[in-house]
Amino acid sequence: MTMDVSNLTVTKAVESLSENAVRSVDLVQALIGRIRERDPVLGAYVDLNEADALEQAAVADTRRAQGGAGRLLGVPLAIKDVLNVRGQSCRCGSRILEGYVSPYDATVVARLRAEGAVLLGRTNMDEFAMGSSTENSALKVTRNPANTAHVPGGSSGGSAAAVAGGIALASLGSDTGGSIRQPAAFCGCVGLKPTYGRVSRYGLVAFASSLDQVGPLTRNVRDAALLLGIIAGRDPADATTADVPVPDYAAGFTDSLKGVRLGLPREYFVDGMDPDVEGRVREAVAVCRGLGAEIVPVSLPHTEYAIATYYIIATAEASANLARYDGVRYGFRADGAEDSLDLYVRTRAQGFGPEVKRRIILGTYVLSSGYYDAYYLSAQKVRTLIRGDFDAAFQQCDAILAPVTPTPAYRFGERTGDPLSMYLSDIFTATINLAGICALSVPCGLTGGGLPVGLQVIGPAFGESAILRVGHAYERSRDGKAGA
Amino acid sequence: MNWKPAIGLEVHVQLKTRSKLFCGCSTAYGSEPNTQVCPVCLGYPGAMPVLNREAVRLTVRTGLMIGSEIPGFSKFDRKSYFYPDMPKNYQVSQYDQPFCVGGGVDIQVEGRTRRIRIVRIHLEEDVAKNMHFRTVSGIDFNRGGVPLMEIVSYPDLESPEEAQAFLLALKQILQYIDVSDCNLEAGNIRCDVNCSVRPADQAALGTKTEIKNMNTFKGVFHALEHEIQRQVSVLEGGGRVYQETLRWDPDAGATHAMRSKEDAHDYRYFPEPDLPPVRLDPAVVDGWRASLPEAPRVRRERLVREYGIPDYDAGVLTADQAVADYFEAAVRHASNAKAVSNWIMTEMLRRLSERAMDIRSVRISPESLGNLVQLTERRTLNSNTAKDVFAELFEQGGDPRSIVERRGLARISDPAALESLVDRVLTEQARSAADYRAGKAAALQFLVGQVMRLSKGQADPHQTADLLKSRLKT
Ligand SMILES: [Zn+2]
Repeated sequence: MTMDVSNLTVTKAVESLSENAVRSVDLVQALIGRIRERDPVLGAYVDLNEADALEQAAVADTRRAQGGAGRLLGVPLAIKDVLNVRGQSCRCGSRILEGYVSPYDATVVARLRAEGAVLLGRTNMDEFAMGSSTENSALKVTRNPANTAHVPGGSSGGSAAAVAGGIALASLGSDTGGSIRQPAAFCGCVGLKPTYGRVSRYGLVAFASSLDQVGPLTRNVRDAALLLGIIAGRDPADATTADVPVPDYAAGFTDSLKGVRLGLPREYFVDGMDPDVEGRVREAVAVCRGLGAEIVPVSLPHTEYAIATYYIIATAEASANLARYDGVRYGFRADGAEDSLDLYVRTRAQGFGPEVKRRIILGTYVLSSGYYDAYYLSAQKVRTLIRGDFDAAFQQCDAILAPVTPTPAYRFGERTGDPLSMYLSDIFTATINLAGICALSVPCGLTGGGLPVGLQVIGPAFGESAILRVGHAYERSRDGKAGA
Repeated sequence: MNWKPAIGLEVHVQLKTRSKLFCGCSTAYGSEPNTQVCPVCLGYPGAMPVLNREAVRLTVRTGLMIGSEIPGFSKFDRKSYFYPDMPKNYQVSQYDQPFCVGGGVDIQVEGRTRRIRIVRIHLEEDVAKNMHFRTVSGIDFNRGGVPLMEIVSYPDLESPEEAQAFLLALKQILQYIDVSDCNLEAGNIRCDVNCSVRPADQAALGTKTEIKNMNTFKGVFHALEHEIQRQVSVLEGGGRVYQETLRWDPDAGATHAMRSKEDAHDYRYFPEPDLPPVRLDPAVVDGWRASLPEAPRVRRERLVREYGIPDYDAGVLTADQAVADYFEAAVRHASNAKAVSNWIMTEMLRRLSERAMDIRSVRISPESLGNLVQLTERRTLNSNTAKDVFAELFEQGGDPRSIVERRGLARISDPAALESLVDRVLTEQARSAADYRAGKAAALQFLVGQVMRLSKGQADPHQTADLLKSRLKT
């Protein structure tokens, strides 16, 4: 049978599969058909594993026929090109990983497999997750499904475009400074950045190790809760994961927000913000109040230092994390090197794109002897202050509402010549990574120009249940059809 | 002028763990290149380190043994530099919060005992091994990621002899507490040596040079002899010593400066974000402290004091902790400690070395050896039969008393039994008895021999002679 997959949620797919209303093979075939139609325009996928995915789907159908179980048995998912999947390429949107084949599964991938998910393909991204528009991918251009003249956001632009564009049910992305939430807001889907330590990073190609987190991009909040419940939890292979129990994240879902206190940070509604974005977010706040939530003003006074702090810490860590791409053991190797130093210089000069080079240079600089105290050490101190801001705010509220971005998706090339303005647009998202807490991006309407706007629901560390509950109630009230 | 050297060592010691510092790969030496590797120790994209707790225990154990302070809060840092033997192009090491701080190692040179102060001990991952062939180079990553403990001394050493004595003393301690095999051939111990000279009456140290990557103790000795000489001639010639990194060329017997490019490192240390800081539970550290053996020197003195054995014996016994343990266990079952020591130093160590065996795996238990010593002490066994019994115990184990009984080896101590043998000999050898009575003293030896023969060697020769004499008088 053929079926319309363009609005299908994971929850709905699981239901249909378990009722034998559809087979996994049909689902995958339908999706591949849609991808063939839509992806030449969207450019969301960098690798589509058609034959392999159909084989995985057939295995899942057989397992189900034999009484096998799995929370995602037969559900096709897209994976950002930054996560290792055994036997697949993992290029991270870069030329330098050309030819690399993963010898192992990332922990999150192994957990999806264990639940029977079908790994359909790999999605495009800014090179090494460095960027906010996916324009930094060395592999291809990804377009915003809401308006293809606009960028999809980044760095998980391929994942967001695929989910919002109806050619993936859901996807896993990574978020270092907004890389899940910002493209989700730009394209109009749900994106969740879990608390640092909630989800294993083992097998996630590192950009900034103290900021990176894996999370889902989905068509609704319930799917995000479902996927988080599967990928979260302590991993012996990642020493930074926390030994905190993983609840059923959808267990507390209701349509009401009675008794919930939601904070509104004055520093997140600033001059120069796009009026449509501010308008949609304020409307969403009003909707939450209408659902019974108490809205309280809060302050996050160190917000103005967040971007500088973020770019010091992220680039410092990146400069070391990316040192391993040297052409010696895997990936791209430049020709004609005379000695090992020459090999490094040529390989890295030809293999990395300009934004990655800019950040490696920045990071190398801030860690250099004589500058370490002034930059890296100071940034760590500010980071502690930013954490303190949120600790204080969460004394007064259960979650914080804010915009995801100051503007909607922009046109291609509009910001590439001005990296600083691109960096500044991360202000509402990067701050969350510095604090190590969790945040959700939920669609909250369109601008006058028809571009999606995202509402950000920010929670304390391991407060995913609370923000998912708020996001779900808001989403249900806005359009009953997206909920389930 | 009289010149005084100041020498400091940074000693890198491979720890005796089964798996590497941050992954589960084996640390076994001598396997085919690149057979003990995984995404973590090859620095693959996305791989993350997990700390090997045993390596931490061995590092702290070393610190406790040499009197270091254990701060209890420690972290790892990334040390960045590009080199083909570093898969990540940074090494996970410890910059400012190592596991052990302070302490000292005693050395004895020309009868003088001195304590060489230790700055710190930290833990890091070993690098891989570059291999150069005729037209290509290769890298063996089997060694990459093996736990490496770095022990840094103050520049307290004053001569190449002292440097060598320090390394030997350190090696003995590390083997004694079982934290490293200290196999120099396998590269288990390598060191960097820094050295300066100054006029003997000057307190402030001179400018130092560093000789990198020494892997034999002899090499350290010769390199230092050469470097001290070189610095002295430079200074006496009115020149100055430049702070630089040198490489020792054992064939030329000279040090060469490394190219300044190799030397000019800014390691850009920063805290390793993939590993949370290590907080050591004081109760756990106390447990590790309690499990430490006595220092060899302290134990040697105690053995002399407590058991009255000669210092020489105590030295032999304490050279190996297990031998000293065996001795102390055996002494509990015997009254003569010196006799126990003799058995261990002669029969036991000889047989162990013939078989290339360890005392921990011998069949003869300390209790059996103690019992055997008691049998000779009570003169139940004479020394030759005791050696036979020892041989059997060494091969098969068991209780010496039952061996003696089974093989009928006990000395005849029953006076009645001996008397009947003596009477029989005096009857059978009437002529010799008459000779003795007539004043031929030598005849007594013959008669004793006959009693010994009849007793199959179990009669006591002295007792037999006494009995014969008293019989022949009447
Ligand atoms: Zn390994």
